Amino acid sequence: MLLNQFLLLAAALFCIGVYGVIVRKNGVLVLMSIELILNAVNINLVAFATMSGLGGQVFALFVIAVAAAEVGVGLAIVLLIYRNRRSIDIDELHELKG
Amino acid sequence: MLGAISAATTTFDVPANIAFGLLAAGMIFAAIRVVTTNNIVHAALWLVIVLGGVGMNYLLLQAEFVAMTQFLVYLGAIVVLFLFGIMLTRAPLGRSDDLNNNQRVIGGLVGLLLLGVIGYALIDTWGADKLTFSASEVAGGTSTQLLANSIFGDYLIPFEVVSVLLLAALIGAIVLARRD
Repeated sequence: MLLNQFLLLAAALFCIGVYGVIVRKNGVLVLMSIELILNAVNINLVAFATMSGLGGQVFALFVIAVAAAEVGVGLAIVLLIYRNRRSIDIDELHELKG
Repeated sequence: MLGAISAATTTFDVPANIAFGLLAAGMIFAAIRVVTTNNIVHAALWLVIVLGGVGMNYLLLQAEFVAMTQFLVYLGAIVVLFLFGIMLTRAPLGRSDDLNNNQRVIGGLVGLLLLGVIGYALIDTWGADKLTFSASEVAGGTSTQLLANSIFGDYLIPFEVVSVLLLAALIGAIVLARRD
């Protein structure tokens, strides 16, 4: 197996995730796209860990833990937005725009 | 002994490549469906396929413990959390046409441009380098043993910090989401 096949797969997943973050306007779907991006980074970390020590696998575990925390807080925020505005359309949240 | 093991791994190269090809095709198709489907519950279910495929890739990379953590944490916990989020925000369960904004063209351009730049840089840098699995062969022992040694040795303090982060996130999510 080549190293590059894993890295290119991760690059493709990352770019699909970026497309999702730009295009989606439902808050939950944006969080799902962020999960795609985090998983792409994890594939890179584990692929490089095969060559140069297991630090990459340790960091992949840390990224999984941080992603779990991020989803928990992110969904709580989306829920709060829904409760206040009866919609989770994040394009309507433009109070900060001058 | 080591020679026999490495000979065995070279003979497993072709099936591993076939498995990788099937996994990669399925994962990319599922990921595209996650960001394009008009049904929000289907997006969560396609996400299951992508996350499971990522776990299978960890198995191909001989990272068994990370793969099992991926299955437990992502498929067991995070997808269920997403389904709860969909349920609690009363998302339309069938097809709905207002999940996307009108930035499709620019989003596609950004994605393709990014893929081109990253792909060029990767092919230019790593070319046809083969995976060697040198890290676990040099140190000896299974990769889970080595992983435990490095988590509870070199990375002990970051590990404790992550546990504090999880506690803070738990309390923060409860404080944000409770009704009072």
